[in-house]
Amino acid sequence: MKEKDREIAEAVRRLLESQRVGVLGTYGAGSPYCSLVGFSFEPGLERLYFATTRATRKFANLRETGRVALLVDNRANREEDLHEASALTVVGPVKELAGTERERGAKVHLARHPSLAGFLESPTTALLALEAERYFLVRRFQEVMVLEAAR
Amino acid sequence: MTFLLPFDQLTEEDRRRVGGKAWALSRLAREGFSVPRGAVLPVEAYRAYVGPTGLRERILLELNRKPFESMRWEEMWDAALRIRSLFLKTPLPAPLSAALRCEIERTFGDRSVAVRSSAPGEDSAGASFAGLHESFLNVRGADSILEHVRLVWASLWSDGALLYRQELKLDVAESAMAVVIQELAEGERSGVAFSKSPVEEEVSLVEAVWGLNQGLVDGTVAPDRWVLDRSSGTLRQHIGAERLDAVRPAPRGTRKVPLPPELRDRPPLEEGEVVRVWTLSMEAENRFGCPQDVEWTFLGERPFLLQARPVTTGTRGEAGSRAWNLSLRRSFENLKLLREKIERTLIPALVKEAEDLSGVQLQSLEDDQLEKVLETREEALARWTKVYWDEFIPFAHGARLFGQVYNDRLKPEDPFRFIDLLRPEKMVGTARNARLEEAAERLRQDPGLRASLAAFRESPAETAAAQRFLEAVSSDLGKDTDLVLAGQETLRALAGFLLEMTERPASRKPSGESREVLERAFLDRFGEEERRFAEELLDLARASYRLRDEDNIHLGRIQRMRDEARSEAARRRGEASAGEAPGYQRPEPDRVRPRQLVGQPAGPGLARGTARVVGSREDLLGFKAGEILVCDAIDPNMTFVVPLCAGIVERRGGMLVHGAIIAREYGLPCVTGVPDATALIRSGDTLTVDGYLGIVVVHDQG
Repeated sequence: MKEKDREIAEAVRRLLESQRVGVLGTYGAGSPYCSLVGFSFEPGLERLYFATTRATRKFANLRETGRVALLVDNRANREEDLHEASALTVVGPVKELAGTERERGAKVHLARHPSLAGFLESPTTALLALEAERYFLVRRFQEVMVLEAAR
Repeated sequence: MTFLLPFDQLTEEDRRRVGGKAWALSRLAREGFSVPRGAVLPVEAYRAYVGPTGLRERILLELNRKPFESMRWEEMWDAALRIRSLFLKTPLPAPLSAALRCEIERTFGDRSVAVRSSAPGEDSAGASFAGLHESFLNVRGADSILEHVRLVWASLWSDGALLYRQELKLDVAESAMAVVIQELAEGERSGVAFSKSPVEEEVSLVEAVWGLNQGLVDGTVAPDRWVLDRSSGTLRQHIGAERLDAVRPAPRGTRKVPLPPELRDRPPLEEGEVVRVWTLSMEAENRFGCPQDVEWTFLGERPFLLQARPVTTGTRGEAGSRAWNLSLRRSFENLKLLREKIERTLIPALVKEAEDLSGVQLQSLEDDQLEKVLETREEALARWTKVYWDEFIPFAHGARLFGQVYNDRLKPEDPFRFIDLLRPEKMVGTARNARLEEAAERLRQDPGLRASLAAFRESPAETAAAQRFLEAVSSDLGKDTDLVLAGQETLRALAGFLLEMTERPASRKPSGESREVLERAFLDRFGEEERRFAEELLDLARASYRLRDEDNIHLGRIQRMRDEARSEAARRRGEASAGEAPGYQRPEPDRVRPRQLVGQPAGPGLARGTARVVGSREDLLGFKAGEILVCDAIDPNMTFVVPLCAGIVERRGGMLVHGAIIAREYGLPCVTGVPDATALIRSGDTLTVDGYLGIVVVHDQG
């Protein structure tokens, strides 16, 4: 089934490449919470990046639990979405980057979102890395496949 | 807006939205040919129906459950039946219904009409949907016309039409259908004509029957046939038919009636009339610029054209690699003949051959004798496998035909409810399992015997009581004993299997409404006129359904004997357990695993249990009560473990495949048509089988 591995990894990559923004799921103060974030990712799919200012609720939440989920999908807000859309949920631990790791992440992130240059430079902005553990890929309305991220 | 467009008002701009048939008819009318009066509902009417009602997306959801190209024909049929059922149950939006009713009443009043498909792309050169979409004759009144318009729309999604569009690589999502409504020409003589024969350049063909054309087109009435010289119209040959019946208008639709004796001896056309028909086909060819295939009927002394389309060689069913599928669309009459052949000749011959082949003790044969036996069995299996595909499988269409008629009349919530009506009192496979169940029940009641059996399983030498019991069960099962394991290990394996059966309560009996209640509800929908047809169809469908079990069992016997001879030969050559089908190979650890897999809901119910992926007969021996059977395709030699199962997951798809039938018989949740099921799921995984939605959830990997 190495073929299946390749097929699913390829589908995950294509979906990530097709989208710029995803829904970040966090949990804090006894409640789940969702936010839209611009994301980028390492070509090997092992790590995704997003940025937020440190005063936000999502930042407080992810500091509290250390884990997040990110939903990326290609729905078009049309009825056909039911059979055409794919959705991807990535889960794993999250950490704020510093030093050379931040430099590397910022490079990847800005290549994808050049307009965020000023935002990323602000001392109040944190660049975060989601260390992908698993990708859950939903297609054909109900089919769900799980891809373990390569470590 | 106005939907209904009269033939004589169409312009070039309408061409794409009215479909090939309507366009050809309107051209004929405008060119001065005699054509029955009519109008067309363009594709906009179809879209105004499937859009706002959500049907369009439901159809696409149904067709996107798995990649279209990986769907088996049976799965397409199942999908087509579900889609047809959606059309039957989804009324027109009220404003559309009111508008259409008003226009239809104004145009046709209470006159009898034909309601015909006219799909865009149809009847153009190179693509002919001939016979794939439905047409209805003798429909009267706006309500009934609208109901039949819906059925014609639904036929856009018939299995045959889906396959054909797939072969032509047409975009399924963009499919739409226009509908021709045309005054019925109640012709006394009708037929077809080819201005140029599809198979022979220099000749034209005319075919004719008494009554309506439908009998000729669907193959239930044999036509007289004339061959004419294409350049001169000179008659070359007349091949008379055995004229027995004619199709005529009935109070609802049409029916086949016997011909009065005086018409049986007369060809439907005089020679001069044959030439008139030929002339019409040549005129149509001249107007349209290519050879034409026309349908015509005589009203009094005057021939009318019913339709004209380009002659496309090989598109009346023989095109494409999967053409045999289309031959499955046999008519009721054909199916009745096929049934007789199967029941009177083929099955008895198959049973006898299995009997004859089994009278050989392989172990006692010389090597060269064994080789002969193996050869004979290989040949028998190949021959019967061919019969299976050529005769048995097409007969399965009997159950499908019934399903469609049942759903049209009763519009049930579950489009597969008809299956409950077909379930026989007793099937060979379940009768066999019932005998096993009896034996298991005796063991449940008799702990002493049970203990003795357990001892026998460990060491067969010392437990005479167990041996006697097993021999009795074995002789009761007859030739099916060795389905557990071939050769000397039979009794021991049987002991193990029976002990496993005692681990679970006696198997459930099929539930649901009783056959009698369903049968009455079905037959009550038919008036006196049609009652006999309904009863015959039900009887035919039951035979068709029953055969899906029997042919598998009998063919399975021959296959088993072949396998035994193979493995005996391999044993002598010193190879270990060759001859079996290649076993399931455990995959390397993967980065991808399934969480939720989608198939077809083939048996309602919900089950959770441990997966047992079965690839070979050996895998079956370890089967534990309450496990979920995961396999490529249930083969008849596997069905004995079904009473132990909590649920069934099968890679091969279909509502009427053997596995689905057996699952329904035992009331087990069953999902079929799960791509890669045996590769993605591993023995030991915890599964939830949702037989309502056709979903398999994989909880943990074992």
